[in-house]
Amino acid sequence: MLGWAAMVLSIGIVWVIQVFAVPWMDPYLTDILTRVGMNLLAVMGLALVLGFTGQFSLGHAGFMAVGAYTAGALVYFEHVHPLVGILAGGLAASLVGVAVGLPSLRLTGDYLAVVTLGFNGIIIVLIQNADWLGGAKGLIGLPTFTNFGWTFSFVIVGALAIRNVIASAQGRVFEAVRDNEIATRSLGIDTTRAKVTAFVFGAFWAGIAGGLVAFHRGSIFPTQFQYDRSIELVTMVVLGGTGSLSGPLIASSVLTALPEILRPIAQYRMVIYALLLIGMMILRPTGLLGARELTEVVAAAVKRRRAARAG
Amino acid sequence: MTVFLQQLINGLSLGAIYALIALGYTMVYGTLQLINFAHSEVFMMGAFAALYLARWSGAEANPTLVSVTFVIVGTMAFCAALGMTIERLAYRPLRKSGRLNLLITAIGVSMLLKNGTLIAAGPLASFPSLLPETQWQLAPGLSLRSMDVITLSVTLVLMVVLHHIVERTQMGRAMRAVSHSRDAAALMGIPVDRVIAFTFALGSSLAGAAAFLRAVDMHKIDPEMGTNMGLKAFVAAVVGGIGSIPGAVVGAILLGLSETFVSGYLTSTYRDAIAFCLLIVILLVRPSGILGKHAPEKV
Repeated sequence: MLGWAAMVLSIGIVWVIQVFAVPWMDPYLTDILTRVGMNLLAVMGLALVLGFTGQFSLGHAGFMAVGAYTAGALVYFEHVHPLVGILAGGLAASLVGVAVGLPSLRLTGDYLAVVTLGFNGIIIVLIQNADWLGGAKGLIGLPTFTNFGWTFSFVIVGALAIRNVIASAQGRVFEAVRDNEIATRSLGIDTTRAKVTAFVFGAFWAGIAGGLVAFHRGSIFPTQFQYDRSIELVTMVVLGGTGSLSGPLIASSVLTALPEILRPIAQYRMVIYALLLIGMMILRPTGLLGARELTEVVAAAVKRRRAARAG
Repeated sequence: MTVFLQQLINGLSLGAIYALIALGYTMVYGTLQLINFAHSEVFMMGAFAALYLARWSGAEANPTLVSVTFVIVGTMAFCAALGMTIERLAYRPLRKSGRLNLLITAIGVSMLLKNGTLIAAGPLASFPSLLPETQWQLAPGLSLRSMDVITLSVTLVLMVVLHHIVERTQMGRAMRAVSHSRDAAALMGIPVDRVIAFTFALGSSLAGAAAFLRAVDMHKIDPEMGTNMGLKAFVAAVVGGIGSIPGAVVGAILLGLSETFVSGYLTSTYRDAIAFCLLIVILLVRPSGILGKHAPEKV
């Protein structure tokens, strides 16, 4: 278990950057970094569900929508503090996670993917028809609270929490379910419970990410959370490597920033993005890091270099 | 009663289009266990191909039976070629890697085709009226459009042809064998790669026909038109039992009918939600779809 000290220290560093560096930084760059951070939160939850527990969810953006609209509505109508709203968004998303997960996680593989996709679609239609939430025109006029500091504070807490879950006995249960569900069940482990737990945990962080999105620009629209967003998140996890936490985090940072880097060639950027995706899958099918973490990859590289020098 | 009959006609017509697309999803799934996300874009590009074929062949200015038939057949051929190219370039190199990789590649191909079309053809194009458009008033509040008749009859003809290919020909038997067990089929000397390519060609050509019918009916086409139709058709394929050819047709008709009945009797704003609710309910009751086979898992 990584200690509290490391967490407090890194959050401290984030706030030092927020207070002393961000005001002088290019607002465009800060904006990209904040968006990277929000994607990181959603992706790390999905990495737990898809990468470690092996449950193919195509509705992760639906949980972001629940989080965003819960946070948005609480702040808009009840005037609570945005931070309370964001946490409530996370809780609401995990409640919905239980409701969706309990029946649907009995299904496996692609059928689960389709049901979660359907859930995502239903959530969007419900929001589009809820006039009190702004409907298709979106919920606008929210405070802009989300900044670099808050986003990355959540990212650090989330990453450590998920890392610790993965390293715990519960994490081994998740991986066992992914590798062979029937064998796991024959060991007397309640696999449905394990799957729902992973699902709810992932939904919570997606909800937090949604809450941050709500106060990023001060407006949210149902179309932001449609199924193409879910697919984008799955892409990030697979590209980073299923069974790795740092891999998806790197992949989501790159994939969030890439369209911005390619902006000078604006109209071709999505084509290049798509070509990179296909090329990457053909040339490096296990994803960026495979099932390893960044630390292991670096350690292995250092070891190899030492061996080469000695030999 | 007239409302019922009217929605029945509309639902069958919509379901027929869904069925043509859903067949492509289900056949590819049967052989590769892949949700071919690029299939919706094959449909979309089929509509653009039909537009350019209609301009080039002169059918736009003077739609005759010969030129319109040429446009339909040309569109189907274009889509078949496109489907085979996608399979050859993007999916075949990944034949031995995991299914998630194949899925992400399919998503990549879909993005590539959508954005490529956006650059090449622009965001919106109007589609010429190639087919006669009359409307027969059968009773007060009940009308039959010629487009509905044409859609249903073209679909019916294609279904019969498809049924013949799958059940009566050597290639069809090979397709069924590959979808039953790819390894065993390869051991029996079936050229699996060629069968898979043929499956893509067959499914994509049906999507081409669907694209033509849809484009003529809607009068406008855009690079986004595949996304929603593809998603619905895929839902239909899953509801019917993915991998099952009759299942895809049953699922598509069911989806088409439920959508039109919901917008006819209740409200059209919730019609997409109904599609997904239907999906979820059916999968929870029958986890492998209406006509899907339940495969017990062996340890």
